[in-house]
Parts: sequence; C-alpha cells; structure tokens
Amino acid sequence: MELVKKYRKFLMFLAIGFAYALAYPTTAHAMHIMEGMLPPKWCIFWFAVATPFFIYGLYRMYKIVNSGVPNAKVMLALCGAFVFVLSSLKLPSVTGSCSHPTGVGLGTVMFGPGVMAVLGVIVLLFQALLLAHGGLTTLGANEFSMTIVGPIVGFAVWKLCRALKVNRSVSLFLCAMFADWSTYVTTAFQLAIVFPDPNGGVGAALIKFLGIYAVTQIPLAIAEGLLTVIVYNLVISNDLWKESALQ
Amino acid sequence: MKKRTKINIILLICVILLVLIPFIFVKGSYGGSDDQGTEQIKKYDPSYKVWAHPVWTPPSGEIESLLFTVQGSLGTGVICYFIGSAHGKKKALEAKSKQEAEPKTEK
Repeated sequence: MELVKKYRKFLMFLAIGFAYALAYPTTAHAMHIMEGMLPPKWCIFWFAVATPFFIYGLYRMYKIVNSGVPNAKVMLALCGAFVFVLSSLKLPSVTGSCSHPTGVGLGTVMFGPGVMAVLGVIVLLFQALLLAHGGLTTLGANEFSMTIVGPIVGFAVWKLCRALKVNRSVSLFLCAMFADWSTYVTTAFQLAIVFPDPNGGVGAALIKFLGIYAVTQIPLAIAEGLLTVIVYNLVISNDLWKESALQ
Repeated sequence: MKKRTKINIILLICVILLVLIPFIFVKGSYGGSDDQGTEQIKKYDPSYKVWAHPVWTPPSGEIESLLFTVQGSLGTGVICYFIGSAHGKKKALEAKSKQEAEPKTEK
C-alpha cells in the first residue's frame, strides 16, 4: 500500500505534465537561429563576441596536440565526431516537435571548454552550408550559444560536482545535460533581446522563446547526458584515455 | 557480463525510452524545419525582412535526410573505429601478458 501511495503522487505528476503538453501542442522546431533571422548589427555583435573564444580555442587545441599526452589527437577527433553525430539526430520531444542535442559535453570534460569553440564551428558550418540549417550570418550567434555558453556552463557544473565529490558518471551526465540545455536557453535570450514582445517587452518574449526552445530540449538534454556517459565509459574502459590526463 | 557493460546497456535503454515516450503520449506534428521560431519572430516584428538566405538548400527532403545521415554516420564511424581499435589493442596486450605469465607458472 505504501508503495502505491508513493507512486500515485508520481503518476499524478506525470499525468498533469502530459495533459499540459497535450493542451498546448506548440509545434516548436527548436534548433539554431536560421539564416538571416538576426539583423546585421546583431550578427556582427555576436561574431565579435565569439571571435576571442574561437582564437583561444585554437590556442588550446595547438597546446593539446603538441602536449604529447597519449591519444590526445585521437580523442580530439572522437569528441568532434561525437558533436557531429549528436547534432545530426533530430529527436522527438514531449512538446510534439523535434530538436537535436549538441554533444559538446564530452569534449568539455576531456579538454576543457575552449576546444569546443573550434570543434563546434566545423559542425555548424557543415549544417549551414550543406543542410540550410542554421546560417552563415547567424554563425556567430549560434557559435556563442552552442560552443561557448554550453561548454562553459557544462564545465562549471562538472567542476562543481567533482568538488562536491559527486560520482564521476553522475557529474558527467549533469555536465552534458546542462551544456545542452543552456545552449537553447541562450538561443531564447538571443532572440528575445532582438525581437521583444510589442506589449510585454523582452520578458514576455523571453518566456515565449523559452517555451519554444528550452522546454522541448529538456528530455533531449537528459538523453544527451546518458549517451555521453555511455561513450565516456567505453573510452575509459578500453584504455583510450586516462581520467587524470590534462585535468 | 561486466558491470560497466550492464550499466551501458541500461543507459541505452533509457535513451530509447526517452525518444519513444513522446510518440506514445503526445500527438504532435514532429515537423523538421525551423518554422516555429521564425513564425514567432514574424508575430513580434511583422516588418522584419529576412535579409540573407541559405547559400544552398538541399533540393528535396530525401537529399536533406541523406546529408544528415552522412553527417551522423561519418561521426559514428570515427567513434567506433577508435573505440574498436583500442579494444583490440587492449585484448592483444592482455593475451600477450597471459602468454608470458603461463610458462613461468608451469616451471
């Protein structure tokens, strides 16, 4: 009986959640900011913000490649490939729409946040040029949300969890999840600043854009966290990478 | 089965469930383009003019899905090659050390 009582609350919570999702079937396609959807001055602004991070990323990458740590180059390639795979997976979400994970958590944990700014751009360029997904003019803004804010947030979560002596897999899961989620929260911010609600201002627009981007992303961020842990486990258990390297 | 393998399989099942659950409980259009964000922008600022367009757009949905698959499989290939080759190396090393250890114990 106790058990049923315990689960009843949980089931009620689930039911309410689904009812909510059914009642507000927004067809959101939470992805990167599309080509031409930001005014030119904002495009320039985001490029200017992203450039120093990108240059720092190149410097970090140069150091890692020349660091002599065994398998460093292999692992860089693997982390880049992981971003490639995850951003090609458009997954369905509870909001009745599709979005894709970012995959930056793995590289962030192994090499720190700087490197992802370089690896991420390769993927963003691929999608902008070949898939009409994202865009060249909005590259700076997308770079900022996916390869700068995401990894920095993820890295902060990782460091905090490790400092609090949280289990390694759980820390990694949280890192990847928050890196993914914060990317889309940033996208919502970027759009809300440029396109405020005519009546409610930036705040109202932010809530609307968060509804489109961040809510859809929640289950996907969890899935990304789990996938990241799987790949990391495989890497460690096959002696490809020592946990202590570069930390 | 090793504990780690077990954990990985459980995690993988969780991922599959996370992907399947929306289909079972939510009826949505599951559209694949980026219309919603764009639509919302048009609502807020009807006068906004899209001033740049993609350099090249895949001519059809089929070509687009082909390119997405190429992207995904390229990445998967790289990951699986590296993990697979490391796995092989590790096994070979274990077998070698076993071989070296055995004759000594016989004597």
